[in-house]
Amino acid sequence: MDFTSPGGQRIALAIRTAAAWLVALLLFFPILFMVVTSFKTELQAIAVPSIWIFTPTLDNYAHVQERSDYLLYAENSFITSVVSTIVGLLIAAPAAYSMAFFPGKRTKGILMWMLSTKMMPAVGALVPVYVLAQSAHLLDTRFVLIVVFMLSNLPLMVWMLYSHFKDIPPEILEAARMDGATLAAEFRHVILPLAMGGIASTGLLCLVLAWNEAFWSLNLTAANAGTLAALIASYSSPEGLFWSKLSAASVLAVAPIVVFGWFSQKQLVQGLTFGAVK
Amino acid sequence: MTFLQLHGVEKQFGEVRTIKGIDLSIARGQFTVFVGPSGCGKSTLLRLIAGLETLSAGSIALDGRDITRLPSAQRDLAMVFQSYALYPHMTVAENMSFSLRLAKADPAVIKKKVDRAAEILNLGPYLQRLPREMSGGQRQRVAIGRAIVREPKIFLFDEPLSNLDAALRGQTRVEIAKLHRELGATTIYVTHDQVEAMTLADQVVVLRDGAIEQVGSPLTLYDSPANRFVAQFIGTPQMNVVERAELPPASVAVEGAAFVGIRPEDLRLTAAGQGQIAAQVELVEALGAETLVYLHTPRGAQIVLRQNARSTLVAGDTVGIDVELGHLHWFDQGGRLIAAAH
Repeated sequence: MDFTSPGGQRIALAIRTAAAWLVALLLFFPILFMVVTSFKTELQAIAVPSIWIFTPTLDNYAHVQERSDYLLYAENSFITSVVSTIVGLLIAAPAAYSMAFFPGKRTKGILMWMLSTKMMPAVGALVPVYVLAQSAHLLDTRFVLIVVFMLSNLPLMVWMLYSHFKDIPPEILEAARMDGATLAAEFRHVILPLAMGGIASTGLLCLVLAWNEAFWSLNLTAANAGTLAALIASYSSPEGLFWSKLSAASVLAVAPIVVFGWFSQKQLVQGLTFGAVK
Repeated sequence: MTFLQLHGVEKQFGEVRTIKGIDLSIARGQFTVFVGPSGCGKSTLLRLIAGLETLSAGSIALDGRDITRLPSAQRDLAMVFQSYALYPHMTVAENMSFSLRLAKADPAVIKKKVDRAAEILNLGPYLQRLPREMSGGQRQRVAIGRAIVREPKIFLFDEPLSNLDAALRGQTRVEIAKLHRELGATTIYVTHDQVEAMTLADQVVVLRDGAIEQVGSPLTLYDSPANRFVAQFIGTPQMNVVERAELPPASVAVEGAAFVGIRPEDLRLTAAGQGQIAAQVELVEALGAETLVYLHTPRGAQIVLRQNARSTLVAGDTVGIDVELGHLHWFDQGGRLIAAAH
């Protein structure tokens, strides 16, 4: 087929559009299915083939709130992700600054080494981290989650900030230094405004990652400091699987971050391209 | 009186000695130009003075105070960068006032100083613009304005004109010279362009491979270069340096001379068979006011000759060259000047 003629170009466009929609639907379908299921009764939920036309019910949501304290879990998720992100940024920014503007012989190596820690499966560090947390009497506290989330996101934060800082011409910082700027003033008046987009997208991404983190919260927390991920997991219990209630709990767990992600998607995409496309 | 004193300044990057022991003094109000081919260390030397690089050895004293280990922010110097290095998120006025705002100066004073700098540089209408909304020449003026507002002890310029087109470069060069005359500020200016060095400087410092070749006023360097490198670096077209055998033995009176240097304007064309050197025309460049004639001798030496009269010569013509014997520079085998006739 000739895709260069005007008619052919239209066909090519149609194919591309259809393919894009197909991929988008494929990715979105599990979420849609989850939302739909959360409004079904348990019987409707396990029916095969699945029922798509039914009278929606809010019973599952009521049940979730009744059985478990949703707000407590939500609060835990909120505090651990926000605090770990802020603390992480405070540590990552100076590290990225020094590596971006004062690179040494081993800077590249250090960056690669930091990234390599992300390649190790988390479970590899489970026993030592668990034992440490236990002997420090920190099990089931928000503090331990904040520390672990922050440390596991730190390499990513340093990398992202590093690549964003790299986009700032070093002469601008030198000009600021010549103008009498101290390190703090240089950071506040020059780097911060110029890298704000990058810093925001780094923070957003790490916020989402911390919010969605399940492995550590399941293993290190229980009733007191459990996050929404732990709440969802509690529905796959010895009583068997309750699909519609599990779905309702999941919807409640992901809703805040999805809404948040929707409003910040531009920043998120910018962050994920690592400052490469500008 | 010495204002800035460099003593045994050295800079080493890893194994490489970029700056090899520079001693230099600069007087208050003087316009000093560091000139040399790329890689000669002139920008590094400027950055050492600015405090943007740390010295490996030696010391720098400014106005009687040792500033060797002082951070840039405390040296009271202003720098104009080749890339302008304006703060992209600040307006022209904010760019120019940044240092004063950092120093918590009185807003009324800041406004007065910014307005005055804007007036000097014709930036008045642009004060509220962002750098990206301005042309290269305007940005360069903002960068200069940022330095003026500071009223620093020394202005440092790092190849400020190399990003401008030829016409603007000439114009800005004149403006910088005027500015220096009006403000009387001590200035250090780095360039690889010897025309900028000749036109702007009170004192030219010629650098090569991290060492000073010669220091002097522009015309001193032109008339009395210390060696073959300076002789050929200063002046366009560059000085002809040929083996002494190119000249008839009668004119060679200097012991130990291996090469002889002759400025293009110290040569005259004569009829073939006359003059001290026979040569063949390779190329004639008619620039209007002057004409450059490129020639080669039977022994293979390349010679360029400058005259104010137009020429009817064409490539391949055979001519004689008359050498102004009173203006010769004699160099030894190593390129050092051993004698000059004036």
